[in-house]
Amino acid sequence: MAVTEQEILAGLGKIINEITGIPASDVTPEKSFVDDLDIDSLSMVEIAVAAQDEFGAEIPDDQLKHLKTVKDVVNFIQG
Amino acid sequence: MKLPAGAPGAKVLAFGHYQPANVVTNDDLSKIIETNDEWIQSRVGIKERRFAAPEESEIDLAVQAGGKALAAGGLAAADIDLVIVATCTLETQIPNAAGRVAHRLGIDAPGAYDVNAACAGFCYALASASDAIRAGSARNVLIVGTEKFTQWVDIQDRATSVIFADGAGAAVVVPSETAGIGPVVWGSAGDKADAITIKDRHSALHQEGQTVFRWATTALHPIAKQACERAGVDPAELAAFVPHQANLRIIESIARKLGADNAVVAKDIVLAGNTSAASIPLALSRMIERGEVPSGGLALLLGFGAGLTYAAQVIEIP
Repeated sequence: MAVTEQEILAGLGKIINEITGIPASDVTPEKSFVDDLDIDSLSMVEIAVAAQDEFGAEIPDDQLKHLKTVKDVVNFIQG
Repeated sequence: MKLPAGAPGAKVLAFGHYQPANVVTNDDLSKIIETNDEWIQSRVGIKERRFAAPEESEIDLAVQAGGKALAAGGLAAADIDLVIVATCTLETQIPNAAGRVAHRLGIDAPGAYDVNAACAGFCYALASASDAIRAGSARNVLIVGTEKFTQWVDIQDRATSVIFADGAGAAVVVPSETAGIGPVVWGSAGDKADAITIKDRHSALHQEGQTVFRWATTALHPIAKQACERAGVDPAELAAFVPHQANLRIIESIARKLGADNAVVAKDIVLAGNTSAASIPLALSRMIERGEVPSGGLALLLGFGAGLTYAAQVIEIP
């Protein structure tokens, strides 16, 4: 069974909290990584790598730069 | 034909280092290019670095560091019969650096060659020196990592000019009855060769920062663990972890995954920038000078960089 949007969101919140210290509760779908969460490109790479370990979906660097919001990443992982 | 007996092991007798006098802070750079202290410190962890004077060459830096390592080890020039220089920023390709460094130090007619494994170069040179001593090809070896990035970096390219710097570090490697230098774990990822390049003789250094960051934070901690395993050392036994000083966030990421909980982790990048093949001996030499690491303790060295290349080994701290 595929993981649900809620499960991915919860997983991402945990990952982002571990890497950046941002509270998991701030990680909501409409948030922009750069503008709202102040996450830089290197942290995005760390988040992408951790998300790959967690959900099995590889996010290559050339795709990563197009994923602007939390929702974009959730959609990418869901395929 | 017959073969020499060689030595049972090899060890580092002493380290030495040299940094150019000119200290360049992040504020200094922000006057030349659009950057700032907060951005540089948060992305790469550097506060300041050293730039060599235009007339100070990578050979000059190497001679200073090499001379200090010899003096610290109490060896004379005549004791050295092999000189290996690790560098990737020579101003010209011919002649090599090792012959000139040896001559300037008064080392008479040693074997002399350069190693280009970029930021992994020092670990490659150290493994080669250890193997040469154990095989009986050399008695005592001087190895030097030296870089003058300022002659290959475009100051206007802030993806590289805030990171790369100049400096040199050296080690004297001698025979030992016991294992003072553990087995090397080395390798390469030529499929990612395009990630760090100087395209042609008229170009400056170019780095795909995110590609390198992803590789460094995912592929290298298993190499570090493997070097410990091959030496029969638990990461918790390490007194020091000295990875290549590429980026503070890479250093902290690898250290966390390695589990070297009792080790002092080298963070020399903060005050030295990324000096490629020089960064590991420069960092460890300064840690020894400050009394931060115990003589006889174990240090894990991990080099990685352009190529992409990597190498790691455990050594006994002199």
